Amino acid sequence: MTQQVSPQAFALRGVSKAFRYFKLENLSLELPLGQILGLVGPNGAGKSTTIRLLMGLMTAETGSIEVLGHRVPEQVAAAKAGVAFVSDDMRLFSGATLAWHMRFVASIYPEWDEAYARTLLKHFNLRAEQGVKGLSRGEHIKSMLLLALARRPRLLILDEPTSGLDPVARHELLTELMQIVRDESRSILFSSHNTLDVERICDQIAFIDRGRLVDARDKESFLDRWRRISLDVPSGVTLPRLKDVVNLTLGEQLATLTTDRYEPALDAVLQASGARITDVQRMSLEEIFVASVMRSRAEVQS
Amino acid sequence: MHSAFVISQTDPRPLYQQVKDQLRHRIAVGALKPGDEIPSIRQLASDIRVSVITIKRAYLELELEGVIQTRQGRGSFVADNAQLGDSLKEQELTQHLRSALSAAALLHLTEDQLVERLRELRREDSQGRS
Repeated sequence: MTQQVSPQAFALRGVSKAFRYFKLENLSLELPLGQILGLVGPNGAGKSTTIRLLMGLMTAETGSIEVLGHRVPEQVAAAKAGVAFVSDDMRLFSGATLAWHMRFVASIYPEWDEAYARTLLKHFNLRAEQGVKGLSRGEHIKSMLLLALARRPRLLILDEPTSGLDPVARHELLTELMQIVRDESRSILFSSHNTLDVERICDQIAFIDRGRLVDARDKESFLDRWRRISLDVPSGVTLPRLKDVVNLTLGEQLATLTTDRYEPALDAVLQASGARITDVQRMSLEEIFVASVMRSRAEVQS
Repeated sequence: MHSAFVISQTDPRPLYQQVKDQLRHRIAVGALKPGDEIPSIRQLASDIRVSVITIKRAYLELELEGVIQTRQGRGSFVADNAQLGDSLKEQELTQHLRSALSAAALLHLTEDQLVERLRELRREDSQGRS
């Protein structure tokens, strides 16, 4: 891998961690400062394990981890001063109010922004005086997001942040996330299986499945490389053998070809064979994700 | 001016293309004039909730096409070219004609048939108005 000159929000290099039924294998992943990385994978793919390793909540068996320039787990306290983390399975103290939590977090983190916290209360439609016990699931998640955002972290890590939110709250959250990266030195790691959110706001995308990194690159080249090509194939015409074909479906005089290395020259190659291109479609991130995972699983099995 | 940007995830055009098309259109109709400042990449990204890398790509391509100029440390501006609005209108027309050509190819229309269809449409439109 080439050495990046730009500073990183975090870098995982050759990280492995084995459990009884699951193994994270040789994972290398970086996030440049000022960018949003979408970590996309099915349930049980290793998203939460990756995040726990970054947070120093568990220790890798091999490889190295750096967060905001600090080695983890050795310098995890220094790293964590700049990191805020919200996960779906975290819980606030049920005997206290949101206001109590706000005072508590403010007393620990000097960067706490009280004015911003008040604004977020309004945007998220929350009441500070409300007891945690009476919060709905969505309100609970919004409260944790408020506590994380108002710390003005250098790196914000969100594990499935939008899964418990209604569409209005999701809209508000995405707006707040985009506010964060107005500042070129702040970064966000965002694990999700909502590919629509990821496709919209992420700069970098990483696909992970069964503990392996399937693909990682910037979003624009991700979306640019994939195409689905529909073809009329008159009888007697044989399609040329092409590499980089992820999927080929042949029907009666019709074919659909999926590639992850599209370039316009491919059109000419196909047409020269006697086939006629009827459509060249870009693919959504969701379609690309499913195709990537299916291919990766087939490769592992063969 | 960017509050009126409409970015849709159900539009078949990629996001960066939608951003480009809308900026070009604003210039073509004169809502943005040569020399006008346009929002910074991060400002626009946050206002329309689209990733920074997507806006960066749109701006880079518009710059290569001579539509905007980015001055280091001073921001991005509509290119100082009085004919820019007209030339963008020209390009929009070319774009539409190109897609008409490829649709006609799918129907196996000859060039003359396509031109005749265009004339027919124009007649219908002028009758509709009178």
